[in-house]
Amino acid sequence: MTELIPPFDFQRVFIEPWTLDWRVFLWVVLMGFFVAAACGLTGVYLILRRMALVGDAISHSVLPGLAIAFLAGSLAGGGTVAGGESHDLRNPTLMFIGALAAGVVTTLLIELIHKKSRVKQDAAIGITFSSLFAIGVILISVFADKVDLDADCVLYGEVGLVASHPFVQLGGTELAPWPVARMCLVFLATGGLVLAFYKELLVSSFDSGLAASLGIKPGLMHYALMCWLSVVVVSAFEAVGAILVIAMLILPGATASLLTHRLPLIFLWTLAHAALSAVAGLHLAIWLDCPTAGAMVVAGAGLFCAAWVFSPSQGLLPGLRRRLSAAKVEAPQFDDAGGVSPGNPATPVARR
Amino acid sequence: MLRQPKIWLLFALLLAGLLPAEAAKIGDLTDTNVLDQAWRFFSLRDPSLRAVLLGSVLLGVTCGLLGSFIVVRKMSLMGDALSHAVLPGVALGFLWNMTKDPVAIFIGATIAGLLGTMAVYAITHTTRLKEDTALGLVLASFFAVGICLVKMIERLPTGAKSGIDKFFFGQAAALSTEDLQLMTGVTTVVIAAVLLCYKELLVSSFDPGFARATGLPTRLLHHGLMLMLAAAVVIALQAVGVVLVSAMLITPAAAAYLLTDRMHRMLVIAAAFGVASGVLGAFLSFLGNNLPTGPFMVLAASFLFGAAFLFGPRHGTVARWWRQRSRSQRVERENLLKAIFRVLEDREFRGEGATLQELCALRRETIEQIRQAVRALRQHGMATFDEAGEAVYLTPEGWQRARAVVRNHRLWELYLTNEAKIAADHVHADAEEIEHVLGEEVVRQLEKGLAYATRDPHGRIIPSSAEILQDDPGRRPAEGMVGYGRKT
Repeated sequence: MTELIPPFDFQRVFIEPWTLDWRVFLWVVLMGFFVAAACGLTGVYLILRRMALVGDAISHSVLPGLAIAFLAGSLAGGGTVAGGESHDLRNPTLMFIGALAAGVVTTLLIELIHKKSRVKQDAAIGITFSSLFAIGVILISVFADKVDLDADCVLYGEVGLVASHPFVQLGGTELAPWPVARMCLVFLATGGLVLAFYKELLVSSFDSGLAASLGIKPGLMHYALMCWLSVVVVSAFEAVGAILVIAMLILPGATASLLTHRLPLIFLWTLAHAALSAVAGLHLAIWLDCPTAGAMVVAGAGLFCAAWVFSPSQGLLPGLRRRLSAAKVEAPQFDDAGGVSPGNPATPVARR
Repeated sequence: MLRQPKIWLLFALLLAGLLPAEAAKIGDLTDTNVLDQAWRFFSLRDPSLRAVLLGSVLLGVTCGLLGSFIVVRKMSLMGDALSHAVLPGVALGFLWNMTKDPVAIFIGATIAGLLGTMAVYAITHTTRLKEDTALGLVLASFFAVGICLVKMIERLPTGAKSGIDKFFFGQAAALSTEDLQLMTGVTTVVIAAVLLCYKELLVSSFDPGFARATGLPTRLLHHGLMLMLAAAVVIALQAVGVVLVSAMLITPAAAAYLLTDRMHRMLVIAAAFGVASGVLGAFLSFLGNNLPTGPFMVLAASFLFGAAFLFGPRHGTVARWWRQRSRSQRVERENLLKAIFRVLEDREFRGEGATLQELCALRRETIEQIRQAVRALRQHGMATFDEAGEAVYLTPEGWQRARAVVRNHRLWELYLTNEAKIAADHVHADAEEIEHVLGEEVVRQLEKGLAYATRDPHGRIIPSSAEILQDDPGRRPAEGMVGYGRKT
C-alpha cells in the first residue's frame, strides 16, 4: 500500500509545478479547464433535457467516426503512421466530419430503434453505442498501423502531454500549443452559442410546446445540440478519452444544479467547477502519479460530493440541520414545507 | 420453468446449426490460414479454446437471463453504469495480493458495483438530479477512480506485467481454470435464483405497485438483482472487458424482447442469443491475431439484434411494413369497390358495368390510375374488364364485398348522427376511416342498435347484412341485378 500511494510532499505537489516548470503545467491546467468548461456548458443542457446518457452514447460512438477519419486520412496521405510523423495524419477537417457523422448516426439510430420497435429508449441507447464503440475498437486493433489511436488514448486521453505539441505561431511569437488553442476556440464558440441561443435553448429545454408555439423547432434544436455535442466531444477526445468525457459533460452541470436553481448561476458554477477540478486534478495527478485526465475527474467527483453534502439549499447536512431545528420549533403544521427556520416561523405562511 | 430441456435443445441447435454455416462463409472469403484457424476452432483440440468456449457459453446464459430482467425493468443503463463502476473494485481486488486472484477480484468488483448502484439510488433520492444524470455521474466518476488505480498499479514493479489492462477490452484467451469455476458458480446461482424467484421477479418487474401490495419485498428483490448483476458483470469482465459488458446484458435481451411476448420464452431466447453471440465473438476474434474478444461478441450480439429488429415475425420492421402495405392495399381496393357501387347506384343499377370514365369522375383520378386499381381488383378475383377494357364488372365476391363496405360506411354515419348526435355533414370523414375495420360482430350490434334502419342520414339505402349474406358467391345473384357477374 505504501508503494501504491507515494508519500505526500507539499513542496513537490504544490510548489514545484508552479516554480520549476510552470509553463508545462499552465498549459495542462488550461487544457483541462477548456475541456471541462466546453463540455460542462453543453452538458448543462443535457442534464436539463434528461439526455445525460445520450451524451454517454455519443461520447462512445465518436470512436468509429474518428477511426474512419484517420483511416481516410492515412489513405489520402498514402502512408502509415511512422514514429513522430503521426501528427500530420490527424486531419482536423476529416476528424470533425467523422465525429459529426458519428454523432448524427448515433442520434438517428437511437431514434430508429426506439420509434420503430418496442425496445425502450434506454435499451436503444445501450445497443447503439456499444455496437458503434465495438466497431471502433475493432477498427483500431485491425488497422493499428494506419490509425493513430491506441486503447490508452481511448480510455483516458493524454491531457498531461499537451505542452509537448507544436505551438501556434503568430507573428513570430509562440502563442499556445495546438490542442490548447483548438480547445480554447471550441470553448469560446460554445460560450458564444450559449449566449446567442440562450432563449431558444432555455425555452426548448423546459417547454417544448411553448417553444414550438414561439416558432422554435424543438426537433431542430435537438439535432443542433447533438451535432454540437459531437463537435465538443471529439475536440475533447484527444485530451480525456471517450469515457472520461462523460464525467466532463455531467459533473460540472450536476454540481452546479445542486448549488443553485437559476440557469445563469448554473453556468457560472459550471465554469467554477471546471476551473477548480482542473487545478485540483493536476495536483492530485502529480501527487499520485496517475493519468491527469482521470485525476481531474476524480477531483471533479470530489467537488460534486462536497456540493452534495454541504450545498446550502439542497445539501444533506443543511437539510439534516433544518430537519432537526424544525423538529425543535413548535410549528408542526409547517414541518413539511421545508423552509421553516427558528427565526421567522411565519415565512412558510407567506409562501403558502 | 418447465422448459429447461428446451433450453439445452436450443443451445445444441444453435451450436450445431448456426456456427458451421458462418465458418464456411468466412472460409470462402479469406485465405487458407483463416480456414486452418477455423478448423482448429471447431475441432476443439486446444484446451484453452475449450475454456474460451465454455466461458462464453456460461457468460451468455448469465447475461441473457439477467439482461432480460433489466431490459423489461427499463434499467438497461444501470448495467452500463455498473460495468464501469466495478473497475476500482477490480483494481483493489488485484491489489489484495498483487495477482489476478479471481476470488479477490470478484469480491472487490462486486462490492464496487453495489456501491455504485447505491450511489445512484442515493443521488436520485436525496437531490433533484434525475436518474440519467446520476447514472452518468457514477459511471464516469467510478471509472476515473478505477483508471487512476490501474495506472498506479501498473507503475509498481510487480504490476507492470500483470495483464490488468486486459480488463478494459477483454481477452477471453486469458481465462483460467479458477475463472471458469467462478463463472460456473455464478451461472448456477443465477439460474437457480431465476428459477426459484421467477414469479416474484416477474411480478415486481411488470407491476411494482401490485408486488408491493401483495407484500413482496420489492426493494430486497431490487438489491438482490443488482447483486447478481454485479456478479454477472464481474465474470463477464475477463472475456468482454469493462467497457462493453453492458452490451452483453442489454443486446441479447432486447433482441429476445422483439421476438416474444412471454417472459419465460424471452429468458430462454435471450440466454440462447447470449451464448450464440459469445461463441461467435470468440470465434471471430480467434481468426485474427491478438484481436480483442469483447468487441466481436458485442458485434455478434448487435447482428442478432439487427436480424430480430428487421425480420422478427411479429414486431419486426419488415413484417410490420408488410402488414401495413397489405392493409393499405386492401383499403385501396375497398375504396374502388365502393366507387363502383356508387356509380351503379347512381344509375339505379341499370345499364352495363361501371365505365372507367365514370369512375374517373367520381374518384377524381386519371384513367390510368383507375385502370391500375382495377387490375389489382381483378387479381383478387373481385372484378373483370369488358372486352374493350373500358368498363368494369364486379364478380359475385366483389359485389358482396362492395355492399359490405358501403353498409359499414352508411351504418356508421347513421350511428354517429343518431347516437352521438353529430351533424350529418360531419360524419363522412370518420366513416371513411372506420368502414375498413368494422368487424362482423360490431356490424350486427350496430344494425340491431339502429333498429335495422334502411336509410342513411343522406337518404341512401343501407344494404342489410342479411341481404349481403344471401348474395353468397356460391349462389345465383338476385334477378334483375346488373353490373356484375360476367366472367371473361
